[in-house]
Amino acid sequence: MADKIKKVSIIVSKGSLDGVYPGLILANGARMEGIEANLFFTFFGMDAIVTKRMGKIKVATVGNPGMHMPSLLGILPGFSAFATSMMMKTMDKLDIPPVPEFVEMVADAGCKLYACKATVDMFKLKKEDFCPQVDSIINVGKFYEISAGGEIIFT
Amino acid sequence: MAQKQYGAATVDVDDEGFLADFTQWTREVAAAIARDEGVAELTPAHWKVIEFMQKEFKENGQAPSIRKLNKSGVISTKELYDLFPGGPAKKAAKISGLKKPEGCV
Repeated sequence: MADKIKKVSIIVSKGSLDGVYPGLILANGARMEGIEANLFFTFFGMDAIVTKRMGKIKVATVGNPGMHMPSLLGILPGFSAFATSMMMKTMDKLDIPPVPEFVEMVADAGCKLYACKATVDMFKLKKEDFCPQVDSIINVGKFYEISAGGEIIFT
Repeated sequence: MAQKQYGAATVDVDDEGFLADFTQWTREVAAAIARDEGVAELTPAHWKVIEFMQKEFKENGQAPSIRKLNKSGVISTKELYDLFPGGPAKKAAKISGLKKPEGCV
């Protein structure tokens, strides 16, 4: 059998609900298996750790064939909020927490959270804009340094 | 079915070491499994988690998630990871004599 995975660094680059959850579940699942885990939030994925945005992440209802409905419906006002609330209810039953609680849980589990420097500069964000679980704002070089010796997963 | 010797007790286990028959679980067996899992001593805090997990399993047929343990006020996520280092949900379930948790979170 191959060696066990000891460390993962997961990049979250998308800001939709379906863009954010896989990274959080992978990171939390890693910690549950005793695997060291880092989360690196970049581009729109950063919404998941920005205090005033993390609770408002929505399902992408437009341009998402997986929704199994015409995109034209997806543009209706409130549709994304409706689809999100339906999905959140289902997830809550499965004990998958909403994004802010999930971020707290994964941090409590010992996963380290980082924000991407380039995105922070681009969106003119400050350290205070982030939830307290965020360890620091780092550049790509630092990300590779932190990820050394482990697997890197891009989501 | 594989068997494992824990002190004076012989128990049936699955291929990952989880007890196959909960009726074979005793506090002594729990302590022995814990030592195998790197938990040297079961403190009152450990027992609180174990008892809650067994109660939940009895009621729902599955081990509670880490989130449930946290939300029910039994133990915070941080403390749980401290008590059962390197895989708390799985280790706590194993020590409690329960089946391996199957959820993703």
